[in-house]
Amino acid sequence: MNSEENNEIEIARFQDPGLPAHVHRKTDTDARAANRAERQVAALFLLSAVGTVGTIASYIFIDSKKFIYLPILGDTNAQQLALGTGLAASLFFIGIAAVHWAKTLMPDQEVIAERHEFRSSDEDRADFVATVKERAGAAGLGRRSLIKRSMGIALGLVGLSPLVLLRDLGPLPKNDFATTSWKAGTRLVTDPGDRPIKPSDLEVGAVAQVLPALPAGTERTLENVGKDAVLLIRIRPEDFNLDAQRLSWTHDGIIAFSKICSHMGCAVALYEQGTKHLLCPCHQSTFDVTRAAKVIFGPAARPLPQLALSLDSEGYLIAKQGFTEPVGPSFWERNSA
Amino acid sequence: MKKSEKVAGSVAGYVDDRTGAAAWAKKNLTKVFPDHWSFMLGEIALYSFVILLLSGVFLTFWFDPSQQEVIYNGSYSPLSHVAMSSSYASTLHISFDVRGGLLMRQIHHWAALIFLAAIVVHLLRVFFTGAFRKPREANWLIGIGLLTLGIVEGFLGYSLPDDLLSGTGVRIAEAIMQAIPVVGSYLSYFAFGGAFPGHVFIPRIYIVHVLLLPGIFLALITVHLMLVWYQKHTQYPGPGRKETNVVGYPLMPVYMAKAGGFFFIVFGITAFLGAVASINPIWLYGPYTPGQISAGSQPDWYMGWMDGLVRMAPPLETHAFGHTISWNILLPGLIIPGILFAGMAAYPFIEAWISGDNREHHLLDRPRNVPNRTALGAMSLSFMIIALANGGNDVIATHFHLTINGIMWFTRIGLFVVPPIVFIITKRICLSLQRADREIVLHGRETGRLVMTPDGEFLEVHEELTPEKKWTLTQHEQPVPIALPSKGSAWALSPKRVKDVLRSRMSEANATSVASPTESEARELESGHH
Amino acid sequence: MKPSRKRLTKFRRQRFAGPVLVVAALLTIGSAFSIASALPSAQKSEASAQSTLVGEGKQIFLRGCSSCHGLNAEGGAIAPSLIGVGAAAVDFQVGTGRMPMADMSQQAMRKKPIYDATQTAALAAYVASLAPGPAAVDPASLTWERDGNVAQGGALFRTNCAMCHNFAAQGGALSNGKYAPTLMGVEPQHIYEAMITGPQSMPKFSDKTITPAEKLSIIKWIKAAQSEPAIGGASLGRVGPVTEGLLVWTLGLGLLVAVAVWLAMKAR
Repeated sequence: MNSEENNEIEIARFQDPGLPAHVHRKTDTDARAANRAERQVAALFLLSAVGTVGTIASYIFIDSKKFIYLPILGDTNAQQLALGTGLAASLFFIGIAAVHWAKTLMPDQEVIAERHEFRSSDEDRADFVATVKERAGAAGLGRRSLIKRSMGIALGLVGLSPLVLLRDLGPLPKNDFATTSWKAGTRLVTDPGDRPIKPSDLEVGAVAQVLPALPAGTERTLENVGKDAVLLIRIRPEDFNLDAQRLSWTHDGIIAFSKICSHMGCAVALYEQGTKHLLCPCHQSTFDVTRAAKVIFGPAARPLPQLALSLDSEGYLIAKQGFTEPVGPSFWERNSA
Repeated sequence: MKKSEKVAGSVAGYVDDRTGAAAWAKKNLTKVFPDHWSFMLGEIALYSFVILLLSGVFLTFWFDPSQQEVIYNGSYSPLSHVAMSSSYASTLHISFDVRGGLLMRQIHHWAALIFLAAIVVHLLRVFFTGAFRKPREANWLIGIGLLTLGIVEGFLGYSLPDDLLSGTGVRIAEAIMQAIPVVGSYLSYFAFGGAFPGHVFIPRIYIVHVLLLPGIFLALITVHLMLVWYQKHTQYPGPGRKETNVVGYPLMPVYMAKAGGFFFIVFGITAFLGAVASINPIWLYGPYTPGQISAGSQPDWYMGWMDGLVRMAPPLETHAFGHTISWNILLPGLIIPGILFAGMAAYPFIEAWISGDNREHHLLDRPRNVPNRTALGAMSLSFMIIALANGGNDVIATHFHLTINGIMWFTRIGLFVVPPIVFIITKRICLSLQRADREIVLHGRETGRLVMTPDGEFLEVHEELTPEKKWTLTQHEQPVPIALPSKGSAWALSPKRVKDVLRSRMSEANATSVASPTESEARELESGHH
Repeated sequence: MKPSRKRLTKFRRQRFAGPVLVVAALLTIGSAFSIASALPSAQKSEASAQSTLVGEGKQIFLRGCSSCHGLNAEGGAIAPSLIGVGAAAVDFQVGTGRMPMADMSQQAMRKKPIYDATQTAALAAYVASLAPGPAAVDPASLTWERDGNVAQGGALFRTNCAMCHNFAAQGGALSNGKYAPTLMGVEPQHIYEAMITGPQSMPKFSDKTITPAEKLSIIKWIKAAQSEPAIGGASLGRVGPVTEGLLVWTLGLGLLVAVAVWLAMKAR
């Protein structure tokens, strides 16, 4: 700021009294205090050494299966605790010693260093601009527009090949998001256990986590589970509030929904028997079982897809058909509300 | 000359013979750093990063980033013979069959939480004191970049063990990817090498977690520190501290000892946490499978605000022309975070545009003297805290006997209502603090001592402030609003005119302040007393 | 909210504690007397012993339960019918102290049982006599320590229970203030009874979908989780990252900032 220009204001304002006088510490004036500080620093360094010795000793001598009781923590693994506290002490006290040393025994007079404005002088700046212009002119970038344009094309395109090379990171999704392992006639089996289920196996108020029975010889993958998981719930048939089609997908009070949340794909398995609500523990979307998993709270925008149920000749529960809509979170190509 | 000095001399000579670095080294060893506790916050982040590198290298010796299924037969019996991925099994191995392995895992995870927390408080310090102003805008941007990458890096690390909790997190990340219009399902299939969860995601994020991102971190941190070094540190205003100087302690020996010592202290405290407090007990979560879930599934705190936003999002989806757009995912998962981070990055430039201030600043602001900025910061902070609270609504509900639905509605409404209120209150607090400064400079400090005047009147003794204190409280500039250019009709709504009006309005709001007392006022007051 | 509800509970407890104690004492003396008088004639048919038990249960029911559940356990406006819930449900609800309810809050919580084992058995016999239902579980028949498989129990727990009760059986939130309680310290027979009767918000887990052997495994896993030591240090409630984040922002950053303040302070 130009002080002459603002003379009037400057006079009226309070003045900077400058850096306060340096006050001596006890350790600056009293040799005994300085010696005491030295001993303190040394003691702190030695504490760190003790910590290291303790760490090594506990690594060698403490059985890693030994537990000791401590208040607050409870039964604690002795080796983990001793290694950790030893390591913590060996590090912490080096730091404390160094800082204590700096504070008490190293010079504590504050120093002033000058700063300079970063802006270069006007001549330097003009000089710089002139140089850049001159050199650019020497390359002929301004005049030779053919080079300029072709270079633009080349540089613009060169980034594409690495992008293309990433294409094989994975297959194309095709119709995968819309398909599951459920087909007409697929038996429902318990997860875990893989046992088929009869309607009589479920009392009113019961739930079962189920998966589709797989043809013999095929192994269940996590990718299957991620789309196939289903929750089976039995309520009193008169409690349903469904249209005729959805009611025909139930069997004697038993209703099945995809367990993969229509919001972000967590397992919606939290069934409240009293209210007949399903709750997703991830983001608390709440679905009403009696109304075909209609969303009654939370961020999910769509009901959970319902699986149509039927019985096979042996009386086991089967899917009447596959899911009629994609299960799980939404995606761009999804074509149903 | 002592022997050690001789050795040091000959080493220095050897180096200088080959580099000519003596003058440069001398200059930098006496470099001055101002001392203040709030200048150590960034150092906490830096040291946590070093701790993360060290403990992380240790973990890589045993960790197997593979999603191949194995049958566990390690020493943690509750999971004996359970099928799980190799990465989960090797994390169990580190936790139970490598001595000190669990300690290192816990140090690594605590250090990660401290790293991000320290970045956030460092950012708040820089924001509230105006340290981001010219010439430090670039360092502000690098800082925002580091925070963003830190969140990503943390999330990837949390995902590596492939336990039930982290797998749920990955599942949610996949849903966000899948929700991106047009390319979402392709992105997801490319990232996961097919259907979720697949067998390639963890090996892929592993290399990003241990090589790619740490490399970028190292580069960015280096530039961040070199800029601090080159531009010299900012300092708080006070007697003797000017825009043109820097007052503090020399690098050698004081700052070396303090900063070096502080590294060991940060490491020691992190190791202490790793020793006494359990973090991410993956053996309790179990291996990931998409059909399972635990109550209270949350991300680490630095993602918690985003999870909170996702939880409170309205159930909105657009279904049109055979396509679906999930606003309930895109809004809280990408759009709002994008706006927040873009706004944060743009702030230095917005403030400079509003104030029209194009000068260099090396003296920090006292937050009260910039009420609008301080209020804006407090407002943003309240937004984040409300979002974060909703991210833990289930735990809050069970521990304080509230309902998740109640907390959800409270935060849904609070997210819009509370920040503006916080803005207004903070601004008022700033202005009253300015008023209090003015009072105390002009009338001195109330001592609480009463004296009786000869007339029998009681007066409280006011102690005059020291000149140093008076200077500290009055040194700041009085903001001057940018006047509206009077050219043209006020009703002609050209874009330029709108821009001018907007700028002058905001500049006016920014300039709200209590006039700083002056020496002349103080003198006048004194003569009035007598 | 917490303190006020507690105070209320306490108040009610005090108000009812006296009369309930008197009734309990009389009943205990009464039943002891009847058992003592029954001893000489041990040949009495089992059926009549059973009917005595049912009779006693009915008396307790009329005094303690009928105001809400109706004189014939047919249910009322604020309480469900108990016809057909079986002895298992009674043993669970009364044995864990959930019934009688202390106050009309969202859901009955576990507390010190008001009725002793004999009275609970009598109540259970009475309710079981109304209509057939699952029988109370005899703790001696639950050989979970011998027959359970912890690892299998863990997998079953994570699929069927963890979504409400949390990964470490610490409990969790349900909608509208309801909650799944912690399973720490719950008697094995009560865990078993809860699975077959589905108390309150909890669904039933039929023996066909989760076999009795599998249920024993679940119990064994819960007991293992309960006795699991603090392997990595303080457990922080085993509720996941929320408490970890809280600790970092309080203790972690608190310590670090405190040291930073000390570090930047001038020595005197």
